[in-house]
Amino acid sequence: MNGLLLVARRELGSFTNSLWGYGIVAAILVIDGLLFNAFALGNTPRLSSEVLRQFFYFSFGTTLIASVFLTMRVVAEERQTGTMQLLESSPLEEWQLVVGKWLSAMGVLGVLTLLTAYMPALIFINGKVAVGHIVAGYVGLLLVGSAATAIGTFGSALARSQLVAAVISAALITFFVIVWLLAKITDPPLATVFTYLAFFDQHFSPFMKGRINTEDIVFFVTTTTGFLLLATRWLSARRWR
Amino acid sequence: MIEVEQLTRYFQDFPALRDITARIDDGEIVGFLGLNGAGKTTMLRILAGLLPPSAGCVRINGVDLDDAPASFRKRIGFLPDEPPLYREMRVQEYLVWCGQIKGCSRQQARENVTSVMQTCGIADVADHVIDELSFGFRKRVGIAQAIMHRPQLVILDEPIGGLDPVQIVEMRDVVRNLSRESTVLLSSHILSEITQTCHRILVLHRGKLVASGTEHDLAGDATAGIQLDLTLRTTSAQLEQTLSRLAYVEHPTIAPGASDAEIDVRLSLKDDARDRLVAALVGDDIGVLRVERAKSELETIFMKLTQETHVADTAQSGRGAA
Repeated sequence: MNGLLLVARRELGSFTNSLWGYGIVAAILVIDGLLFNAFALGNTPRLSSEVLRQFFYFSFGTTLIASVFLTMRVVAEERQTGTMQLLESSPLEEWQLVVGKWLSAMGVLGVLTLLTAYMPALIFINGKVAVGHIVAGYVGLLLVGSAATAIGTFGSALARSQLVAAVISAALITFFVIVWLLAKITDPPLATVFTYLAFFDQHFSPFMKGRINTEDIVFFVTTTTGFLLLATRWLSARRWR
Repeated sequence: MIEVEQLTRYFQDFPALRDITARIDDGEIVGFLGLNGAGKTTMLRILAGLLPPSAGCVRINGVDLDDAPASFRKRIGFLPDEPPLYREMRVQEYLVWCGQIKGCSRQQARENVTSVMQTCGIADVADHVIDELSFGFRKRVGIAQAIMHRPQLVILDEPIGGLDPVQIVEMRDVVRNLSRESTVLLSSHILSEITQTCHRILVLHRGKLVASGTEHDLAGDATAGIQLDLTLRTTSAQLEQTLSRLAYVEHPTIAPGASDAEIDVRLSLKDDARDRLVAALVGDDIGVLRVERAKSELETIFMKLTQETHVADTAQSGRGAA
C-alpha cells in the first residue's frame, strides 16, 4: 500500500510541477465552458433540466478526452525516460505501480470535474434544478472518468511512446462509446453484449437524466478493475520475460 | 556474497550469456569487461532483477532471485547507463522518494540521505532541481539513488560513460567509497578504468566468462609475463649488452627517446622480475628515468583472451559441422 501511495504522490507531483497537467485542465475547462455557453444555454429558452442534461452530455465527451491526455504519459513516459528501470529494479509490485498511476490521474480528473461545477450552479440564476440531478450527473462523470483513465493506464502500459499510448487509449474508448452501432448490425447474443458495453447509451445516459442505477455503477467499477488488472498483468509479463 | 551458477540467458535463439559461474565476496569491487555485445549489460540486468535467467541461478547472501524476487531486489541498487531520474524533482526529495520505494521508511530514508549525499559528493546540490544539474552531477545522483536503501550489492552500468577526466577521477573515489558498505559490480569498455577501480575483473566474450582475476592474474594467464615501458639514459649498444645477460627479458624494442641521451624501451618479463631488472640496469650504470607497465598491456591481454575464445569457438563449430 505504501508503494502505491508513493507512486501516486510522485505522479501527482509531476502533474503539478509541469505545464502538462495545468494545460489539460485549462483546455478542457475552456472547451467545456464554450460548449456550455453555445449549446447547453443557447439562444432559445429551454427547461433548466434540459440545460443540465446538455451540460452532462458535453462533459461526458470532454471527460473522455481529458482521460486520454492525462494517462497517455503515466507509464509510457517512464519507459521513454528510462525511469521504468528504477521501478522495475525496486521491490514495488506491478499492481501498486498501476493503481498508483491510475489514482493520480483520477485525482487530477476529479479536480477538473469539480472545477466545472460553476456551470450547473449558473443554472440557478435563472432557473431551478434538483441538486440530486446534479449529484447523479457528477457521480456518472466520475465513474466514466474512472473507467476511461483505467483504459488509458492500460494503453500507456502497452505502449513505448506517449503518442502510441494516446492512440491505443483513444481507440479503445471510442470503441466503448460507439459500440452501440455494432449492436444495430449484429444479431443476439452479440448484439446484447455490444449494447451492454456501450458507455454512453447504456450506462451514462441514466446519470445524465438524474438516475443512479446500481447496474451502471457495477459496470463502470468492473470496467475500471478489469483494465487495471490487464495493465498489471501486462507489466508483470513484460518485467519477467 | 553473490553467487552466480551456470547462468544462461537466451534472447529467442541467441545466447546472450552462456553457463556463467562466478562468486563475488562482500566488499569486492568487480568489473565486467567485454566488447559491445559481450553480455555485460545482460549480466548486470539479471543481477539487478530486471531480467530472468533462462537457466541457472543468482543468489545474494543465500536469497535466490527466482524464489524471492522482491526480497532479492531489496538487496540491490542499480544504476543503468542512463541515470533513471525524475528531472522535475529536487535532489534530496528524489533520493528520499527512491529510498522509500526501495523499502525504507520515510524516517530511515531521511536519515540515510545525508550520508549518501556525502558519499556521492552531492550535498551542495541537495536542493537543486535535477534537471538543472550537469551530466556529472546527474550521474552521481543516479549512484545515490542506487545506495539510498543501503543495498548489499551495488550495480553500476558504465558509471563513467560521458564523464570528463576530472569527473572520472571523482567518480573513482565515489565507487571506492561504496565498497566500504556494499559489494560493487560495474561494467565499462574503458580498460584502464576497470583496472584502476576494481579489485577483480571478469572478462566476458560472446556471452562466456573467458577470464577472471586481477589484472596481474590475467596478465599471467594471457601473456605469462609483464610488459614494461622504460625510459633510460644510455646507448642502444650498452643496453643490448646488459639485456643479453638477463634471461628473464624478452622481445626488447628500442626507440630513440626525447633527447639524444635517452632511449625508450618496451620489453616483456617472463615473470615479475621488475626489481631485478632495475637493479641490473642500475648496476651497469644505466640511468633509469621511467619504468611503468605498458599502457597497452591490458588491451593486449584483452585482445588475446577474446581472440583465443574466438579461435576455440570457431574450431568447435568447425568440428560440429564436420
